[in-house]
Amino acid sequence: MWIYEKKLQIPVRVSGPNPRLAKEVLTQYGGPEGELSASLRYLNMRYSMPTSRAKAVLTDIGTEELAHMEIVGTVVYKLLEGASIEAIKAAGLDGHYATHDSALFWSDPNGVPWTAAYVSATGDPVADLHENLAAEQKARAVYENLICLSDDPCVTDVLRYLREREVVHFQRFGETLMQVQECMSQKRFY
Amino acid sequence: MEATGMDNRRMAQMLLQIQQLEFTALELNLFLDTHPDDQQALAMFNKVHQDLMQCIRNYEQFCGPLLNFGFSPALQNTWKWAELPWPWELKY
Ligand SMILES: [Fe+2]
Repeated sequence: MWIYEKKLQIPVRVSGPNPRLAKEVLTQYGGPEGELSASLRYLNMRYSMPTSRAKAVLTDIGTEELAHMEIVGTVVYKLLEGASIEAIKAAGLDGHYATHDSALFWSDPNGVPWTAAYVSATGDPVADLHENLAAEQKARAVYENLICLSDDPCVTDVLRYLREREVVHFQRFGETLMQVQECMSQKRFY
Repeated sequence: MEATGMDNRRMAQMLLQIQQLEFTALELNLFLDTHPDDQQALAMFNKVHQDLMQCIRNYEQFCGPLLNFGFSPALQNTWKWAELPWPWELKY
């Protein structure tokens, strides 16, 4: 069960229309290391975790990633708001516009649609938690790429916040991995 | 009815307080998931929970429901839930 809270996790402002930056940020909406992939990866992985604590971490981080998806969607929406057709063409977003107008869509900046193949689940808790550690590092790296690309200080602030969250998630997943390994290495007698 | 600029600012301000407290609660929540016996974190979490609930009650009085499905009361004489600006529409 999820309850909707009618607010973003943090305030999101943009300096003005910027379809080029919207196109780039879209990668964290529907790209491989994006927030849709992150939220679905963790929420899907809860079922096969061996400890209650690991299920809690996956539930809570998965839920926070849904909130990040909403932040990224808002950034893209606001950057496209009021953008002229000329600016959209100049940004190379005319392909997106032809199919979607200014609607959001689950794709990367090159229009490659989101696929469940971005998400892995082996059912092996150690392998799956390592997958999450890698995913957090990859998301951090992509946010750093986006920070390099951003020419809007308001958007840069949001990207810096989201980058920092990946660092915290990495930390919590690392602790979870150690706890799960400890639990699995304990001898059991039947 | 569209919210006026003044209302919008007040709303954004009240939301900011909620965002700050809820972020603190979320961060403590994640920390407690892997450190469940940390008494200091538990105490901080409970304190933040109280402050957060107070801020949400204030917001609900002034603006309208923050949460759906019965987690916020309908204190105004119209269904404000559908009327307040959506998070991606809020202008600062
Ligand atoms: Fe994350």
